[in-house]
Amino acid sequence: MKAICWEAPTKVKVETVPDPTILNPRDAIVKVTSAALCGSDLHLYDGYVPTMMPGDIIGHEFMGEVVEVGREITNLKVGDKVVVPFTISCGKCYYCQTEQWSLCDNSNPHAAMMETMYGYAGAGIYGYSHLLGGYAGSQAQFTRVPFADVGPIKVPEEIPDDKLLFLSDSLCTGWHAALNCNIKPGDTVAVWGAGGIGLFCALSAYLQGAEQVIVIDRYPERLEMAAKHTNAKTLNYSEVNVTEALKELTGGRGPDACIDAVGMEAHGFGLPGVYDKVKQTLRLETDRIHAVREAIQACRKGGTVSIPGVYAGFADKFPIGALFGKGLTIKTGQTHVQRYLKPLLAMIVEGKLDPSFPITHHMKLDQAEEAYEMFKHKHDNCVRAVFNPNS
Amino acid sequence: MNVSEEVKKALGLGNETKPVSSLIGGGSDINVGEIERAASVIGGTMMVAQGLRKFSFSGLFLMGMGADSIYRGVTGKSWLYQLLEISTAPKTTGRKGGVVASRSVKVVKSLTIDAKPEDVFSFWRNFENLPLFMTHLESVSVTSPNRSHWVAKAPVVQKVEWDAEIINEIPNRLIAWSSLSGDVANAGSVHFAPAPGGRGTEVKVELEYEPPIGKLGVVAAKLLRKDPETTVQEDLRRLKQLIEAGETSTIKGQSSGRKTDA
Repeated sequence: MKAICWEAPTKVKVETVPDPTILNPRDAIVKVTSAALCGSDLHLYDGYVPTMMPGDIIGHEFMGEVVEVGREITNLKVGDKVVVPFTISCGKCYYCQTEQWSLCDNSNPHAAMMETMYGYAGAGIYGYSHLLGGYAGSQAQFTRVPFADVGPIKVPEEIPDDKLLFLSDSLCTGWHAALNCNIKPGDTVAVWGAGGIGLFCALSAYLQGAEQVIVIDRYPERLEMAAKHTNAKTLNYSEVNVTEALKELTGGRGPDACIDAVGMEAHGFGLPGVYDKVKQTLRLETDRIHAVREAIQACRKGGTVSIPGVYAGFADKFPIGALFGKGLTIKTGQTHVQRYLKPLLAMIVEGKLDPSFPITHHMKLDQAEEAYEMFKHKHDNCVRAVFNPNS
Repeated sequence: MNVSEEVKKALGLGNETKPVSSLIGGGSDINVGEIERAASVIGGTMMVAQGLRKFSFSGLFLMGMGADSIYRGVTGKSWLYQLLEISTAPKTTGRKGGVVASRSVKVVKSLTIDAKPEDVFSFWRNFENLPLFMTHLESVSVTSPNRSHWVAKAPVVQKVEWDAEIINEIPNRLIAWSSLSGDVANAGSVHFAPAPGGRGTEVKVELEYEPPIGKLGVVAAKLLRKDPETTVQEDLRRLKQLIEAGETSTIKGQSSGRKTDA
């Protein structure tokens, strides 16, 4: 089969690799019909996530058709159309049983590696470095799906892929990040980043009852998309002082919750921005935290900072004083996708939610290099590109 | 000796507050042999003298090294050896449950498994299950109610074998064993205790064995993550996965763009 392989920082390549096979009784093989290029794939592409190996198949947000099942799989059959959560969860451990799916004890074959770095290991994730299990990713014609009895959700044939694909990650991640804000009537939620995740954070915050949602980015086309599809007000951080503007929009109170949907490669202006860029380039810090710094600064006293943006290692100048001084709550972590699949699918089926709007490009696997470069530099107003590996 | 103490204090090395007399010649943690101790005192003194001559970072470093060398000569204890868990001192301790303490490596590891103690116990007590999660084992065959024969994969020699006997057993709580004869002297126990709040079973393994590759080999193995600590930890993790998820997570044999891996 064909698959997009990570070769080196800023180098991906389409390779012909062996087809995946069933390795465990609870595995299934899925023929990938749609695989998104997620903003977090850019952290791999740019070489900021440790433990990538040349030849690793990348991609984690996907859906497709079941073509083979292991002997323990009874809930799926060949031909089923499924969306697959990007986190791999066993469904049986303490964490899965308490619906903290992304913290699964049993799905990371390289748990020891992650324990060395973080103390304890979280779930494995498709195509997202060996630290997260080293699983082959989904930007390929076929993908092996472990624990297929508790991960994939069957979806209706008649609904097109584009409306369903983001159940795999972005939509659930936006929903999860907004839920972490514990939104109450009258609340203002500010969202840093208007990529796929940020857009779904804004939409979710609105659907969860926020009075006002404000989206911050610097790309006009993304801000337009936020205004049009998520009911949000927008701020262009290349034009305004974000903390001042947020103060003005909230009667001087500050946002009740701030969401960092940017993650480890934030672009900052001024001295702190340069500081982070230099340190990250020299590998003195792995994570540029401009967005989260600003979110902490802007957040009202006693408010919540929710972080769906991906971080991997260490950062400098983390404003722990402001965090403490304002009594903020920080909520973080990979999304417990399996929690949200059914309710969000129901909203899509009922027509209450159409999460296809961020998709600006459909690509073939062979266009991998072009797609990654375009997405990275936001060329051609690209917000979300989706690979269709089998068409 | 005074020089050693003074310099050590000045450099912030060591933290002993005991009188020096209590450090000399006694204690059970002596890990440096006699000849090496004498050489250490001489070499250490030279290093301190040399270090005192130059007032620089390297001078300070030499003084530090010298001080430690003297310390180790005088007391017979080396922090470096302690760190590396090796000893050049003659073995004075005797047999302890089939293992000579001075030659052995000890590992203690715990993990919580989301299952009842009786289930985890009975899975383990059926020794023929052990190779399912202890991947270095080839087979365990039960030869009598309390005895079993173990075959393990080993570096260089390919295969090691031994017989073991259960020396203590409390149903659903404890299994303790000791080797009787064979290539690898070992002894250990595994405890099964209910975790608080109904969170399953805390499994605690205590294992002591004489590595056929010697203690230095164990240090080398650490670099390859094939040391006993990592091995026991990974064995326990596989046991947890088998009992909880019914399979062990793996990527062995999956597709990749690499030509040479599985």
